[in-house]
Amino acid sequence: MAESVIFYLFGGVAVIAALFMVTRHNPVSCAMSLVVVMFCLAVLFLGLHAPFVAMMQVIVYAGAVMVLFLYVIMLLNLSDEELGRTIVTPLKLFGGLVGCLFLVALVVLVQGDYGEGGAVNPSFGGVAQIGKELFSSYMLPFEIASVLLLAAIVGAVVIAQREQK
Amino acid sequence: MTVPLPQYLLLGAILFTIGAVGFIARRNAIVIFMCVELMLNAVNLSFIAVSRSLGEPAGQVFVFLVMTVAAAEAAVGLAIILQVYRLRGTINADEIKLMKW
Repeated sequence: MAESVIFYLFGGVAVIAALFMVTRHNPVSCAMSLVVVMFCLAVLFLGLHAPFVAMMQVIVYAGAVMVLFLYVIMLLNLSDEELGRTIVTPLKLFGGLVGCLFLVALVVLVQGDYGEGGAVNPSFGGVAQIGKELFSSYMLPFEIASVLLLAAIVGAVVIAQREQK
Repeated sequence: MTVPLPQYLLLGAILFTIGAVGFIARRNAIVIFMCVELMLNAVNLSFIAVSRSLGEPAGQVFVFLVMTVAAAEAAVGLAIILQVYRLRGTINADEIKLMKW
């Protein structure tokens, strides 16, 4: 019972905030709406026995990534003219229509009987279990991820620096 | 699982579609990036829900890796946007068309 209340409450808020994000003109409002979506998803993750991922969601996404976005928005200091009104062109209407069709296709695809997800071990999805998985079965992807992050750090610094005169 | 798996997948599909339509319709490069993040989040939700349904932690490990890739992508992408703004004075995706047809 509690799980379904939480699911509909936070799922609904997530969808509304996502719609808000896509329709707002001001990028800062968009970023804030996206933070709301991420927090709602973190709550849903907690309900799905994934406390580790929920923590990562709040720390990495709502914390680090969104701060980076806000930082760049502030740094660019866009004028109102630059932000511009969103003009509805036939092409965009067509895009919206294709989006709706895409949603219908996805809805049809996800219907089906997946069986009852039975009860899981209380420690399922905890830091201990995910840590063990990461350092045993998924050792190689984990290490490659660290190399990817290093490459991203170096790449971001190199790309963003001003050219030396 | 009192909420059946298809409902979680449905929520993921709705969020993914909103992100995809925003990606097509919005012209501000930063907002386009945020739409990509929204799509990644929607997929993460599906991963976690299926992982819970199967009682298999692999899905959560995948989400961990998706988050890593998303963070790397955001850092490099925003650096590119910053540099494009310095060079062109705009981040409107309609005006940045050097590499379009």
